[in-house]
Amino acid sequence: MSGAPVHAPPVLRVADHPFFHGLDERFVQLAGSGATERSFEAGDMLFLEGDIASEFWLVFQGKVALEIAQPDRPHVTIQTVGSGDVLGWSWLVPPHRWRFDARAVKATRTLALDAKTLKDAFEARPEDGYRFLLRLLPVIGDRLENARVQILDIHGV
Amino acid sequence: MASETHSATSAGSATESPFTPEPYVVERRVVETADTVTMVLKPAGGRGVPAFLPGQFNMVYRFGVGEVPISISGDPNRPDELVHTVRSAGKISDALTKTLPGETLGVRGPYGVGWPLQRAEHQDVVIVAGGLGLPPLRPLLYELLAHRDRYERVEIIYGARSPKDLVHYEDVQKWRTRGDLRLQVTVDAAGREWYGDVGLVTARIPDARFDPPRTVAFLCGPEIMMRLTAQALSTLGVPEASIWLSMERNMKCAVGLCGHCQWGPAFVCRDGPVFRYADVKRMFSVREL
Ligand SMILES: Cc1cc2nc3c(=O)[nH]c(=O)nc-3n(C[C@H](O)[C@H](O)[C@H](O)COP(=O)(O)OP(=O)(O)OC[C@H]3O[C@@H](n4cnc5c(N)ncnc54)[C@H](O)[C@@H]3O)c2cc1C
Ligand code: FES
Repeated sequence: MSGAPVHAPPVLRVADHPFFHGLDERFVQLAGSGATERSFEAGDMLFLEGDIASEFWLVFQGKVALEIAQPDRPHVTIQTVGSGDVLGWSWLVPPHRWRFDARAVKATRTLALDAKTLKDAFEARPEDGYRFLLRLLPVIGDRLENARVQILDIHGV
Repeated sequence: MASETHSATSAGSATESPFTPEPYVVERRVVETADTVTMVLKPAGGRGVPAFLPGQFNMVYRFGVGEVPISISGDPNRPDELVHTVRSAGKISDALTKTLPGETLGVRGPYGVGWPLQRAEHQDVVIVAGGLGLPPLRPLLYELLAHRDRYERVEIIYGARSPKDLVHYEDVQKWRTRGDLRLQVTVDAAGREWYGDVGLVTARIPDARFDPPRTVAFLCGPEIMMRLTAQALSTLGVPEASIWLSMERNMKCAVGLCGHCQWGPAFVCRDGPVFRYADVKRMFSVREL
C-alpha cells in the first residue's frame, strides 16, 4: 500500500447548500430535480452577459467573479461570490438574460438548477416558492447595496 | 454623552503649550499608494516621542502651509519613532505627503481617546478597516498581537477601493500568514489580476468566526462603511456597546476649545475620535450636525 486512499469528491446535493437549509424537503426535491453538477477551473466562464439565463447556481466550493466586460478596456470585477453563496436571478425575470459575466477565480464546484423546473416547483408549492423568494430577495438587496456603495466611491471622497 | 469613552484617557501628555508644535525630522518615507505615504518621524534634538494610545492622533504641521489631524499609525511599543500615514486629500495633507526625508514637520499631541482594547480581553475581536481606516487601527493590532494570549479569536476585515489602494500591504501579508488570526481582504472593484474577494466589507462578515455576544468590534473607515458594518454586526448580536468606531471631523485646536470638530453634543478631538456605537448611533442617521 502506498499513499493515502483517493476519495472521489462528495456528490453535491441541493439540500446541503445553506440557501436551501430549512426549506420543505419535498420542495427542495422538486426544485433540485433538474440540477446538474458543474465544475470549473480557474479562468473558466460560467456564463456570459447577454446569454439566456436558464439556471440558478449554487456555489459549493471556490470563488466566482461577477464581471463587466468593457470595450477596449480591461474587465472589471464588481463582486465575488464563494462557497455557500448563490448566483443569479436573471432566470426569474424577463428578459431572462445574464447582465454580467461570471468567471471562476479558482477551482469551483457548483450545482446549476434548471429555471423551468424551479418555476414549476413554485407553481406546485406556492408557499415554499414564496419562502424561496424571501431568501433570494436579501441576496439581491446585498448586491444592490454593493453597487450603490461602489457608485458612491466611499473610499475616494 | 459617551461618558464611558472619557474614561479612556490620553496616555501621552501634550506638549507644554497645547498649540506649540515640536519639530520632527522625516527619517523615512514609504509610498503606499498613488496618493498615500507613510512617514517615519524622529524628534529633532534628541527628545523622546511621547507615549500614545492606539487610536490617538497628532496635529501635524507643514510649516508655511498649515496643520491637520493625522492618526498615529505606528507601533506603540516602539517609543523611538513616530509614524503617520497620510493621504493627499487637500492642500495641507498633500503638502505632508510631499515632505521628503531630512525635512522637518511640526507635531503636537497625542490627542483624543484611544481604542479601549482592554475591553476586548477574553473576548473575540473583530477589526474592520475601510481604506485609510487601517492606519488608525494598525497600532491597535500591534498592541493586540504583542499580547495575543489575552484575546480569543481575532478576525480582521480590510476593504479598499481597489487592489492599488491597499495600504500597509507588507503588514497585511504578514498578518495573513499568522495562524492566530484570520484576515479577509476585499476591494470594491478589481481587474482580473486580483484573485481576492470583491465586494463590501459587510459581505465578508458571514465568513468571519466570532461569537457575537462575546465580541468586541473596532471599526474605522468611511462613515457609510462604519454605519453599514455596525448595523450588520449588531443584527448578528454583537452588543452595540461593544462596537467602537473612529470618527473624523475638521479640527483646529484639537484640545476641546474651539468647537470646530463638534459632532452633536460631542467634540471629536476631546471626546473621540473613538466612540462607542451605542452612544453615537443616533447621530449617524442625522444628515447634518
Ligand atoms: C482624528 C482624525 C484622524 C485623522 N487621521 C488621518 C490619517 O491618519 N491619515 C490621513 O491621511 N488623514 C487623516 N485624517 C483626515 C485629515 O485630517 C484630512 O484629510 C485633512 O485634514 C484634510 O486637510 P487638507 O488641508 O489637506 O484638505 P482640505 O483642503 O481642508 O480638504 C480636502 C477635502 O477633505 C475634506 N476634509 C478636510 N478635513 C477633513 C477631515 N478631518 N476629515 C474628513 N474630511 C476632511 C474636506 O471637506 C475636503 O473635501 C484624520 C482626521 C481626523 C479628524
Ligand atoms: S478642534 Fe477645537 S474643539 Fe475640537
